[in-house]
Amino acid sequence: MTHILEIKDVAKSFVTERGLDVRALEKASLRIACGEFVCIVGPSGCGKSTLLRIISGLERADSGRTMYAGRTFEQPHRDVGMVFQEYSVLPWRTVLDNVCLGLEFLQEKKSARIELAMHYLGLVGMARFAEAFPYELSGGMRQRVAIARALATDPQVLLMDEPFGALDAHTRILMQKELLRIWRETRKTVILVTHSVDEAVYLANHIVVMTARPGRIRDVIDVGLEHPRDRSNPEYARMTAQILDVLEEEVVAAGEF
Amino acid sequence: MNTRYHRVLSLAAVLAFLAIWSWAATVVGNKVILPTVGEVADLLSSPTEDLLSMGSLLTNVVVSLLRVLLGYTVAVAIAIPLGIAMGYYSSMHTMLGDFLNLFRPIPPLAWVPLVMAWFGVASLADLFGVDRGLWFVYLNNFKYSMVFIIFIGAFYPVLTSSIHGVRNVNRVFLDTARVLGAGEFDIFRKILLPAALPSMVNGMRIGLGVAWMCLVSAEMLPGSISGVGYLITHAYTMASTDIVVAGMFSIGLTGALMDWLFRRVERRCFSWQRLAR
Repeated sequence: MTHILEIKDVAKSFVTERGLDVRALEKASLRIACGEFVCIVGPSGCGKSTLLRIISGLERADSGRTMYAGRTFEQPHRDVGMVFQEYSVLPWRTVLDNVCLGLEFLQEKKSARIELAMHYLGLVGMARFAEAFPYELSGGMRQRVAIARALATDPQVLLMDEPFGALDAHTRILMQKELLRIWRETRKTVILVTHSVDEAVYLANHIVVMTARPGRIRDVIDVGLEHPRDRSNPEYARMTAQILDVLEEEVVAAGEF
Repeated sequence: MNTRYHRVLSLAAVLAFLAIWSWAATVVGNKVILPTVGEVADLLSSPTEDLLSMGSLLTNVVVSLLRVLLGYTVAVAIAIPLGIAMGYYSSMHTMLGDFLNLFRPIPPLAWVPLVMAWFGVASLADLFGVDRGLWFVYLNNFKYSMVFIIFIGAFYPVLTSSIHGVRNVNRVFLDTARVLGAGEFDIFRKILLPAALPSMVNGMRIGLGVAWMCLVSAEMLPGSISGVGYLITHAYTMASTDIVVAGMFSIGLTGALMDWLFRRVERRCFSWQRLAR
């Protein structure tokens, strides 16, 4: 099995607006195999979003390095796409033009842009809404558009920062199913940050559990269950409970709740 | 609310105003103090007629309007790029913000003496090197001093709203663009500009209003020989109050018309913003 992404001893601290020094990450190391679905969970404020932003190249680590296919990178990388928690669909562009955005930056021809964009809109089930504006769409639909946009430039790795965090519980479950289908069809490597242990157990091959701040990788759990997973399966419940216990331990140890 | 009801309602205030005015004019019975509605309406209905050999109402309004557009264009052309840069690069904002704020509270009219000392009666005619003939008459209407006053008036609203527009761009839009491989120029053109445009256009609308007010006031100062402000002042010295009121009306109408045009553009182009809430 080849490793598509490797994160080695990444550390990052911030200075808050009030001048406090916050160590967000400390020597986090992780290796991710090609085609995997990895979920990162951890106590809130443990630096999981920071870790994702460093992998995306949006933020630079203070030390350590991130490597894609064996090569270090520090800027946004063509092969690493990202979907954000907040609605990142541009409100002044139609759905189609939103999906075309990355292709415009890559200077694709217009006809090629539209063809590719329509293909990915079809993949996320949004082709009918190509001419719609974001304000006409529900939250789940906007996130589908954001996923299509991230996929349109054909990155190998898709980073997702709590992509369903703003959705209601029912939509969230539907979107998880959709995401699994998209993952199977596109064979991308997905790294998804979530605060929902249930979501992680439902989706991931491997669950990365982080410690409380400063964040380090505490465990990498192999979820041996077949997809599609059944939430009423006792093994599913056991695994969820086990991870929740670990998180509780972390939060209590850090005294931050 | 249906549109007919809307129209009746907005017309009601105007009609009530005209009624009170007519009544007051008959009570006063002196056209120097308060001309009648009819006298003013006569003047407004024949805008091309020469008034007190100062040119017609229309000519003077057009002269004023062209002056405004000239100074305003210069202000917008400088304030928008500067505003984007100051909104995006915090070092630019730190460097220029306080400095520019020092000049903001100075009323544009307070610049007049200084500006007169700098530019005197120099105009576009000097710029183009025309010193006689019809073109001289036209170009001489556009004095540097007036253009400068308008520039000052329009500059700050446009600058402030561009800075504000750019600073309030949702950060996630910038992150999205960067992850998708956008260069700095892509970010300016495809994210910052469209995202900040509604705020900029709003500032441009306010700026145009301010510019228009500044200009008319500047034209009322000594030394001016054309424009609707000049028409009003001159008519006042001749005790032609009806022309004063007609001039005031034309200022109001022109300003309101420009504002209406702007709002139309805003409604048309930025419906996404209104509906996105």
